Amino acid sequence: MAIDVRIPTILRSYTGGAKAVAGAGDNLAELLTNLDGVYPGLRGRLITPEGGLHRFVNIYVNDEDVRFLGSLDAKISDGDTVTILPAVAGGAFGLAAAAAVLGR
Amino acid sequence: MGIGRLVAVLTIHREIIEAIVAHARRDHPDEACGVVAGPVGSDAPQRHIPMENAERSTTFYRFDSTEQLRVWREMDDLDEEPVVIYHSHTATEPYPSRTDISYAGEPNAHYLLVSTRDAQTAEIRSFRIVDGQVSEEPVQLVGESMDVMRSYEESGDPHAVQSFMFGQSPAAVDYECQH
Repeated sequence: MAIDVRIPTILRSYTGGAKAVAGAGDNLAELLTNLDGVYPGLRGRLITPEGGLHRFVNIYVNDEDVRFLGSLDAKISDGDTVTILPAVAGGAFGLAAAAAVLGR
Repeated sequence: MGIGRLVAVLTIHREIIEAIVAHARRDHPDEACGVVAGPVGSDAPQRHIPMENAERSTTFYRFDSTEQLRVWREMDDLDEEPVVIYHSHTATEPYPSRTDISYAGEPNAHYLLVSTRDAQTAEIRSFRIVDGQVSEEPVQLVGESMDVMRSYEESGDPHAVQSFMFGQSPAAVDYECQH
């Protein structure tokens, strides 16, 4: 068994157009490293240079947002489904100001 | 990324626009947000899904991540995609902010912005946002129902009357309906 990973439209250029791929790892950080070995560049779209989860994406283990599961430390088991979605956000406020106010 | 299949116009039913504007008015002065789903590859927005603004802010919106997962899965099960992603600006023009551009993550979607800064006339503009590049497109309504609007007006309920202004600038209005 492996981990079923759902890829959003905007990142399918990294997976040869595949909507779902298989990965391995005991936590999210390991899974993303594993996937990056097969689909180079994918991890860089999900993780910031500082090593945190990018605010432009949501990642879920089964039905739960990983931000509630310890983020990159979120535990994963064979048979789990990991879903990646683009975060849908924005608004009239400027990006820098919003990031400062929201602490993100 | 399939640039060739992008259609440089948003064609949408008038009743969906009315529902989006009603949602934006209801949540004003907070920003409202949502999706219009349609069959994959059809470029036809059909199913209006108002979403919660998890930020409940006058200047920022974010889909609640749990609600978004449910809605995106539902679209997937129905072979749909987000054809339109909309939100409102409540005090400024309906043009994508730097925040909007940096977050735009659905390359096939029309990004529809509604401004509710004027209490009578909602301004509506539509954009493609791909790789940080913004291109505006006209909005074409189908299912015109001016008679219905007039009948609301005659009913005497001032809240039932809603005018829309579509356009890329005041000098290039594609469609205008003032009462």
